[in-house]
Amino acid sequence: MPDKLSAIVLAGNGANCERETAHGCRIGGFHQVDIVTVWELVDGEVDLGGYDLLCLAGGFLDGDDLGSAKAQANRLRYSRIRTSNEPVIDAFLRFIADGKLVLGICNGFQLMVKLGLLPGFDGEYTTQVVTLTHNDSGRFEDRWVWLRANRQTPCVFTRGMDTAYFPVRHGEGKFVAKEKDVLTRLKGNNQVVFHYMDPSSGSPTISYPDNPNGSQHAIAGICDPSGRVFGMMPHPEAYLHRTNHPRWTREELPEEGMGVRLFINAFEYLNSRT
Amino acid sequence: MPQRIYVGMAPQTRDAQGEKTRSRIVSDLGIGTINSVRVATVYTLNADLTADELAAAAQGPLSDPIVQAYTINSTFCDDFSWMVEVAFLPGVTDNVARTAREAIEILLPRDLGGRFSVHTGTQYFFQGKILRKHIERIASQILANHLINSIAIYSRDEWLAVHTQEFPAPLVTDDSEISPYREVDLHVDDSVLMRISRDGMLALSLDEMHAIQAYYDRPDVQKERSAAGLPENPTNVELEVLAQTWSEHCKHKIFNASITYHDNDRDPQTISSLFACYIRQATKTIREIKGKHDICLSVFKDNAGAIRFNDQWAVAFKVETHNSPSALDPYGGALTGIVGVNRDPFGTGLGGRLIANTDVFCFASPFYEKPVPPRILHPKRVLEGVREGVEHGGNKSGIPTVNGTIVFDDRFLGKPLVYCGTLGLIPMEINGRKGYEKKAEQGDHILMVGGRIGKDGIHGATFSSEPLHEGSPATAVQIGDPITQKRMTDFLLRARDRGLYNSITDNGAGGLSSSVGEMAQDTGGAVVHLDRAPLKYHGLEPWEIFVSEAQERMTVAVPPEKVQTFLDLAREWSVEATDLGEFNDSGSLTLTYEGATVARLSMEFLHDGLPQMHLTAKWVTPVERRQGALQSDSLKEDLLALLRRLNICSKEYVVRQYDHEVQGGSVVKPLCGARNDGPSDAAVIRPLLDSFEGLAVANGIAPRYSDIDTYAMTTSVVDEAVRNAVCAGGDPGHIAGLDNFCWCDPVPGDDNPDAERKLAQLVRANQALHDMCIHYGVPLVSGKDSMKNDYHIGDTRISIPPTVLFSVVAKVPDVRKAVTMDCKSAGNYLYLLGTTYREFGATEYAALKGIDETTVPFVHKPAIAAKTYAMIHKAILSGFARACHDVSDGGLGVALAEMCFAGELGAEVDLAGVPQEGCTTETELLFSESPCRILVEVSPEHALNVESLFAYLPCARIGQVTRGDSITFRGLEGATVLSVSRVDAKGAWKSTLNF
Repeated sequence: MPDKLSAIVLAGNGANCERETAHGCRIGGFHQVDIVTVWELVDGEVDLGGYDLLCLAGGFLDGDDLGSAKAQANRLRYSRIRTSNEPVIDAFLRFIADGKLVLGICNGFQLMVKLGLLPGFDGEYTTQVVTLTHNDSGRFEDRWVWLRANRQTPCVFTRGMDTAYFPVRHGEGKFVAKEKDVLTRLKGNNQVVFHYMDPSSGSPTISYPDNPNGSQHAIAGICDPSGRVFGMMPHPEAYLHRTNHPRWTREELPEEGMGVRLFINAFEYLNSRT
Repeated sequence: MPQRIYVGMAPQTRDAQGEKTRSRIVSDLGIGTINSVRVATVYTLNADLTADELAAAAQGPLSDPIVQAYTINSTFCDDFSWMVEVAFLPGVTDNVARTAREAIEILLPRDLGGRFSVHTGTQYFFQGKILRKHIERIASQILANHLINSIAIYSRDEWLAVHTQEFPAPLVTDDSEISPYREVDLHVDDSVLMRISRDGMLALSLDEMHAIQAYYDRPDVQKERSAAGLPENPTNVELEVLAQTWSEHCKHKIFNASITYHDNDRDPQTISSLFACYIRQATKTIREIKGKHDICLSVFKDNAGAIRFNDQWAVAFKVETHNSPSALDPYGGALTGIVGVNRDPFGTGLGGRLIANTDVFCFASPFYEKPVPPRILHPKRVLEGVREGVEHGGNKSGIPTVNGTIVFDDRFLGKPLVYCGTLGLIPMEINGRKGYEKKAEQGDHILMVGGRIGKDGIHGATFSSEPLHEGSPATAVQIGDPITQKRMTDFLLRARDRGLYNSITDNGAGGLSSSVGEMAQDTGGAVVHLDRAPLKYHGLEPWEIFVSEAQERMTVAVPPEKVQTFLDLAREWSVEATDLGEFNDSGSLTLTYEGATVARLSMEFLHDGLPQMHLTAKWVTPVERRQGALQSDSLKEDLLALLRRLNICSKEYVVRQYDHEVQGGSVVKPLCGARNDGPSDAAVIRPLLDSFEGLAVANGIAPRYSDIDTYAMTTSVVDEAVRNAVCAGGDPGHIAGLDNFCWCDPVPGDDNPDAERKLAQLVRANQALHDMCIHYGVPLVSGKDSMKNDYHIGDTRISIPPTVLFSVVAKVPDVRKAVTMDCKSAGNYLYLLGTTYREFGATEYAALKGIDETTVPFVHKPAIAAKTYAMIHKAILSGFARACHDVSDGGLGVALAEMCFAGELGAEVDLAGVPQEGCTTETELLFSESPCRILVEVSPEHALNVESLFAYLPCARIGQVTRGDSITFRGLEGATVLSVSRVDAKGAWKSTLNF
């Protein structure tokens, strides 16, 4: 069992959910949580290798000017770390190969998909095979949605979870796979972790607004085959305390928000690793 | 040579942007013959790239391999009937191009040269039977704004004939020689002086021109000038600096004018300065009364006002307007407005982390059907553009837009009002210094950080100090760049915590002229080398560099020994920072360009030389108009019609497009209730995630009431803001306010015959503000005024109704005690706090029914209201209040309906029980808009506690919450007079702005 578990939350250049994501890590049990900007990473001031959990926080990287997270994906792929001269992406790939955990939320998920870190079929983490594109509504929306968790998924972050209620806050969250067999593989491998759910039936839905963006197969989040690399569009870090819930003044709710579970799961997984 | 990459959604892939464009054309222009619209982004790359390099850029950062397709130097689409290409005019901020350029530089491992540039545009491909004139209308009314965009329209044949040709890049081409300055002869007669002011867009009055003339005639000034190698007469640089510094926008000349006020037949009263006598004085009085409980830390002197939040943190708050630019280009104007006001709390003290935005807009009806006058955009377009500008500005900056409102009145056709507010959190102590204070030291270097300087925004300050007219400059329009700003603020907070600077301020109106001019007051002088400033393109004259309002820039004072560290850190964080000069104690502001002095102005004259304006105000109380008892026989229809009214109906469609919960501290969201769609009274946030201390933010605004009396109007808006904050859990003992005046021009002129009345309205509003703030114990900590909200072209003159936005921030001692407005459980009691008077003047009900009365709602007994709020706060802290909702537009009927449909519960209310004075009918009790009233839901077990808290205050139990669908009112005789289904009520309320 490791002495101390540490998490790094990537910030800067338009990321903007780093503080609440870091707070989630702390509540989840991580002993050390650092918010580090992409600039410090590129400059070689901070070494990714020293951490156990990498969180890619939500936001608007480069303003999503070229499409969500596109410019940052390009930066991570082609920029080299000043001190070691290796492409930044190589540090990410080594992090994954070392058996550590990666969590991407919203813009962080978009970044993972566009880098090819997800879905990571056959250990291939550098080719983009799915995307997150403009919502069918053509609009950014802030809206709380119900999620159905897949009980069979290898995803370590959602262990023990059945349903969840988190806000989506995005304009480009529609999950699309180009090839049909990509979806088949995702399902076959149980890599679909969260579906948007119709709360009245409890089933995945493709109907707006319960499915807020028109995602294929109601996909809200996916993991890699190992379950250690995970991204989702809704924001678990936006529901860390009862008072974050939109109806907390009228419903009986536990003190701890539903989002905390993901961070605790990450901590417990790492903590039990031998 | 320039090359083009086109990127769009792949064939057979849904084009959401295209569909949205099509539906806007159908709904806004009624052109229904378009089968489809496809959208492609055009990247014009101005560099010699190889075919491989172009392909790498196209399939790398510029397109998505799964859903998008691209073409290079050939059309993206060939199945269409018309194509419209919209691009930015040279020099207009192009954020996507900036990102694309950086991405390509990272992608291609070779030096592309300093001349490498990227430009973007959008192509819209229309399919269907459409006339050219319809395409032209679509282009000018939906797709583009000719002030910032170029528009090219092609039929299919026209486009396919040229699509593979070379297209020029829209570069700013100006290779003219820059002359350091031009001498301006002021020894001329008055008419020429005024022409100099007018033609130069200086907005200086004759008195001010005379003061400048006199300054240059002083022997000591002449002696200094010849020593500095400057001409006898002012240089154009100096005149521009004076015009910026002395602009209404920067100096608030009307608020500082000496005013002779005639109130009806009373003896005239001299007011030495509205600001000093009413605003500053109110705060001073309150601080004295509060003594050791004073919460103010920094008032009126910094970019934002700051109060204590707790022992570790101060909270800074500022609200600004960006009306004139938003009238010309709603998207760019509003985007610049929000990112601009962000820099105020950011530039307060040593710098604040931004935690919340609040926005209030005033528009004409989006359903306006009459022809709109020249240079005015249709209100629907203004609304959509402003909404989107604030969406991008707020969302991309990662600052939650926690609440806001929209007010509709057709007099906002001439100028929309766009109020943007931002709160920031400043550590009480940073490296042993007070975080909410700052001071530039002698010898500190002047560093400009963030964006580059272009011609954008030149004369913005003087422009906003004038009515909108034919010659209003397009250069006053700019487009904000939230990402450049976010990088800059991230970096500066790091620099702040490392103690790398002594002072910071924002480059807003007036640009460097304003920021350096203000900071130089700390040391008594400065020298700035204008040729060092980084420019967006060649061709800026020295005066333009100094007064440009190009966005996303802060000026910081850095001690000489820390300059290198500061610059190194900036480079690492991809932020541009430039050393422009230094602060000194020379007594003057000196500007140089390539070694030559181009301006030298005494600090004393620059800041104190402005002659005070003398104005006259005349108030004649309107003749009382009052009908007999108001008795409607269609109460249900009236209530539904009120709920549908623009000023009352749901604004959910706007709210949802703003991120209101980023940063994780959202407690009371703008939408609440059983279906997350009820209208919250105030926002509550928890800015520190490891604490339960919170802040409530609320606004009050009621421009219609100004039609009768601005004193009454102002009492209502102060009350509304405070009441809303208290309803959600804000502490009325720990609250601060900001006043934000938007007026029609109160300075007399040939074309402004009723200036004296407008000024009297301003005086009365200030008097009310002073009186109310003292009664409520709300110190004013900052504010803003925008005094020229008129439109004057040809014979059309449109003036806005005098408008005060009052914004408050209050501490919420424990956010777990916060309250929302939705009814919670059947069986709970409903209490009404406050007295209902028979007040219908300029109310929503009066507008609905065509009632013309002067019985305008106002705060009759502010001391009673203040006590009521103190008590309801106690009740909230004790957990007695299950729901609280302010009674405002549309009165009790609307307020109760909102509580019921938000909570999906019914209610039974007895109107005979309503605490009231002068009401004789159910109609009056239901729809009067008297302020100071709160509906409170209390569970029966707490009823006695609540009743004892309010024993000596206007408070009555008027009914209870019920299961089921009906909202029922019993009348004065005991019979049911109004029963409406909450489902129908909600349906009406949600139907109007269902875009």
